[in-house]
Amino acid sequence: MVRIALITIAMVFVALFIFIPVIAVFAEALRKGVGAYFAAIANPEARAAIRLTLMTAAIAVPLNVTFGIAASWAIARFDFPGKQTLLTLIDIPFSVSPVISGMLFVLLLGVRAPLGGFLAAHGIRVIFAEPGIVLATLFVTFPLAARELIPIMQAVGSEEEEAAIVLGAGGWQMFFRVTIPNVKWGLLYGLVLCNARAMGEFGAVSVVSGHIQGHTNTMPLYVEILYNDFQFAAAFAVSSLLTMLAIATLIAKRFLERRVVPVKQAQDELAVKVAA
Amino acid sequence: MSIELRNIAKKFGDFVAVDNLNLHIETGELVALLGLSGSGKTTLLRIIAGLETPDTGEVLFHGEDASDVSVRERKVGFVFQHYALFRHMTVFENVAFGLRVIPRRARPAEAAIARRVHELLKLVQLDFLADRYPSQLSGGQRQRVALARTLAVEPKVLLLDEPFGALDAKVRQELRRWLRRLHDEIKITSVFVTHDQEEALELANRIVVMNQGRIEQIGSAEEVYHHPANAFVYNFLGNVNLFHGRIENGRVFLGDTAVELENTHAHAHPETGKAVLYVRPHLLEIVMKPNGKQTFPATVKSINPAGPQVKIELVAEWGDMVQVEIDHERYQALHLEPGANVFLRPKEQKLFVYSI
Repeated sequence: MVRIALITIAMVFVALFIFIPVIAVFAEALRKGVGAYFAAIANPEARAAIRLTLMTAAIAVPLNVTFGIAASWAIARFDFPGKQTLLTLIDIPFSVSPVISGMLFVLLLGVRAPLGGFLAAHGIRVIFAEPGIVLATLFVTFPLAARELIPIMQAVGSEEEEAAIVLGAGGWQMFFRVTIPNVKWGLLYGLVLCNARAMGEFGAVSVVSGHIQGHTNTMPLYVEILYNDFQFAAAFAVSSLLTMLAIATLIAKRFLERRVVPVKQAQDELAVKVAA
Repeated sequence: MSIELRNIAKKFGDFVAVDNLNLHIETGELVALLGLSGSGKTTLLRIIAGLETPDTGEVLFHGEDASDVSVRERKVGFVFQHYALFRHMTVFENVAFGLRVIPRRARPAEAAIARRVHELLKLVQLDFLADRYPSQLSGGQRQRVALARTLAVEPKVLLLDEPFGALDAKVRQELRRWLRRLHDEIKITSVFVTHDQEEALELANRIVVMNQGRIEQIGSAEEVYHHPANAFVYNFLGNVNLFHGRIENGRVFLGDTAVELENTHAHAHPETGKAVLYVRPHLLEIVMKPNGKQTFPATVKSINPAGPQVKIELVAEWGDMVQVEIDHERYQALHLEPGANVFLRPKEQKLFVYSI
């Protein structure tokens, strides 16, 4: 009885807050027909927004994954002064509201700030331009890959890497043949999360973007503009693309989690044996 | 290849892991580093491998200073305690790893690599498992794969860190004998770390007994077991009973009734003073009647007749627990029961006295 009640409550909640809205997005998007749907997406401004979003993710994701690998490796393998500080700093973008992150960049790199002024004098616009959007995205997605990789790197330990070196492997050979394969599922998982956030970020990007149509609008910002213009079908058409991204991310996440967990379990078992 | 360690010292923070240590290992020897955890034996092994840098001192391979030789160029084989097999590679790929990372110019052809890997897998009797992953193997099989992987690069020195530590007793015995045979066959200079004295005594040509980063004694199994250099070595190699006694005029006294022990194997003890006596359980005899000052009374607490010898636990008259091992015939003859009052007599010449 209790079981059925609990399951029903959970199901109703999921239906109410997740399933119905997702359906609604697609229903609204297609309300004026398939032709209108594709027209909304093919609109030059929509295409510019899609292009900017893809470009931002294409820059932010590799950079953050690189940073994540370097940081997690350093944290898991070495003891160095400032390690705790680094661990805390990595988390800052999680604890700061995205809007404030955006404000921070405006304060630092806006035309009236010394650094922003200097850059503007040399013809480089950061705020209200693409570089600002990339920077803000980098900032908010900064912890995702590192956070995912640190515990895995720590659990894997350094013995296999040492074994590789003793067997004659060079630093890069060790890295690509042993270190990376050992964390690959966690790495992919971090990459997927990072990508989803990079494409979907609204707050921080909204502050630094300036909403210049066709230039500094990412997909989420473009959706907002369409919505405010009462172009609901078009807004939902672009939204549906982001929704599909979200669904794809969830599927990938589910698949990767299944891969990551057995590795962690094997490591836990080993840790228990070592302790015994 | 011979190994020479000169004045090696290594600290981790305030902890002294290796304390100014000297050691020479001959070509082709099989040496055991024996000690408790924290005695610095693993650190020493890692220093030889180059995985750890000593604070001071130098490591010489074949008489040449190896301080500036990187780990990958040292030509040492290192077998890790938990095998450290590459979990994402098959057994075949694990063994082939050392050959695949050789620079392209010197790397053997794929066919030659395959031949060598199968040769090694046959040597460790695991050829049939080439396509498995490490997680699909038993502990003993993993250890043998780790050995094959190490031997693939033809190391000049083989270093093993607690090679059988994580295996159960039966497999450990088997692997031990197997490693002994392998060493006899390929005559590679080998050093292994262990905390298991039995393993060291059975396997090694020479045993280095370590304690708190220092060497307590170096010698053959016979030497360290029968002629221990000090109380630590005696205590560490095998079970031991410990009695607090005193020395008077070169004679050793035990307990309240002043058991007087003659012909003790006493090391550098003064004529008079306090002493600690170490007696192995099988070097105590149980008798039913006292024999002057040669014996001391004790009460039987428990009896464990399982095994090649009967293990008997007694309480000496002054309250210390005493372990005694006697053979089954003697046990039958004595008709011992828990609670029986008996007398103990140390067999001559086999005591170890340490003055404090």
